[in-house]
Amino acid sequence: MSCYYGSVTVLKEVSIEIHSNEILGIIGPANSGKTTFLRALNRLNFLNTSYAQTGEIFFRSQNIKNISDNILRKKIGIIFALPQVLPVSIFNNVAYGPKVHGITDKETVGQIVEGALKKAYLWDEVKDRLNEPAVKLSGGQQQRLCIARTLAVEPEVILYDEPCSGLDPISTAKVEDAMQQLKQDYTQILVTNNTKQAARVSERCGFFLMGELVEIGETNELFTNPRDKRTDDYITGRFG
Amino acid sequence: MNAAKIREKVAFSILGLITLFVVAPILLVILYILKNGIGTVSWEFVTQAPRNGMKEGGIFPAIVGTILLITGTMLFSLPVGVLAAIHLVEYARDNFFTRLIKLSVVNLSGIPSIVYGLFGFTLFVVFLKLGTSILAGSLTLAIMSLPVIITATKEALESVPASFREISFSLGATRWQTVRYCVLPYALPGILTGTVLSLSRAAGETAPILFTVAAFYLPRLPRTVFDQVMALPYHLYVISTQVPNMPLKLSFATAFVLIALVFLMNLVSVILRAHFRKKKLW
Repeated sequence: MSCYYGSVTVLKEVSIEIHSNEILGIIGPANSGKTTFLRALNRLNFLNTSYAQTGEIFFRSQNIKNISDNILRKKIGIIFALPQVLPVSIFNNVAYGPKVHGITDKETVGQIVEGALKKAYLWDEVKDRLNEPAVKLSGGQQQRLCIARTLAVEPEVILYDEPCSGLDPISTAKVEDAMQQLKQDYTQILVTNNTKQAARVSERCGFFLMGELVEIGETNELFTNPRDKRTDDYITGRFG
Repeated sequence: MNAAKIREKVAFSILGLITLFVVAPILLVILYILKNGIGTVSWEFVTQAPRNGMKEGGIFPAIVGTILLITGTMLFSLPVGVLAAIHLVEYARDNFFTRLIKLSVVNLSGIPSIVYGLFGFTLFVVFLKLGTSILAGSLTLAIMSLPVIITATKEALESVPASFREISFSLGATRWQTVRYCVLPYALPGILTGTVLSLSRAAGETAPILFTVAAFYLPRLPRTVFDQVMALPYHLYVISTQVPNMPLKLSFATAFVLIALVFLMNLVSVILRAHFRKKKLW
């Protein structure tokens, strides 16, 4: 798969196989195409009209071109770099997904919201103020709310685009805990600038540089015994 | 006080003075009309038809006519304008055709209202055979209001953060769901402001209704949309310039009623806007 914005090539013939229920880490310096890769998976890149793409992406052996965007994005959810909440109540942020997918029964929606918030480790902190505006939550809480919002549409894959870049270490730890717990039910792909985070959380890890997938393998191996010199240079902090 | 502080003080004073110059003419006009007109405005004046060569009685038919025209204008221009703007901002691809439409909209808002009047007369009154009627007049005013409504709605939609749309799409919402739930609610105050602004202008226009709807003297109220009506701005024009020996206080009173009507519309929009703003939480 290759991706372009206008005449700029962002990804050069990247090919990755992602296993179900794994946490795949993606590391690499800024501008290496990590985010573009992630957003290609649920076709969010196509919101930008100058975007073009060659090659195919298969999801459960089905070409994602043949899945309608809203079904695909229901199955493959994404968490953005900065916590982005809608300017509505905590409850309605989570309930929005089920609503657009046609779930209107109040009791069912309530159960989905509660379940999603529990899975994202936020329920205990917000259960008494579900009707307060979501923007009043702290950054870490907002990011977990975003995770809950994604979980509420019952995806199969969750993409994280540097989910902790704006968070303090404690909030980061909470988000990472949530990811570990979600492992049994979801496939997760984590793009991060923080190599340590990738080492902590992921099972396999890929290293992107200037739009190329330099190396991909077991996280332990990639970090202790990288095959490519550029990977070694990056993780030991010699550049990037 | 040091030199920088003094310079700042001077600059602020000049800016304040200029602002005063901007506001002063409006205030003077309103006060002048208020002073000369309010004495004549009475319950009878706003509920009675004109009598005795319009020198006596009230302006009730003109008030009704103007309200009908504004309503008709809104019925046509609001849905068309808002939907057109939604299409331009949320759906249309950025190509030559779209840019052409956007450019046309901007240019249309600069066309003199008499041109709209003649256009409406040719198209609605003559070609579509609607006659001089409320329908023809409303349509003409609607076409005149469209560019402002489209521009205001477009700006209101564009000012909604892109992240709202991205969130919505990322959760698998369709484009319409995204617009309906994550964009429109937050653009509503802006759309409202633009609409009321353009309708206020439509309420006060004389030229577009001159050939399409306005009656010189028609004390009875209209029965269908194909009837002519009197309208406040045209009535004001008539009694100020077309009828000899007309008492000046009647003109002032009519102007006062017209301004009060427009003011009332703006007041409603301010209240509605405040109500919607309460929901705006970012």
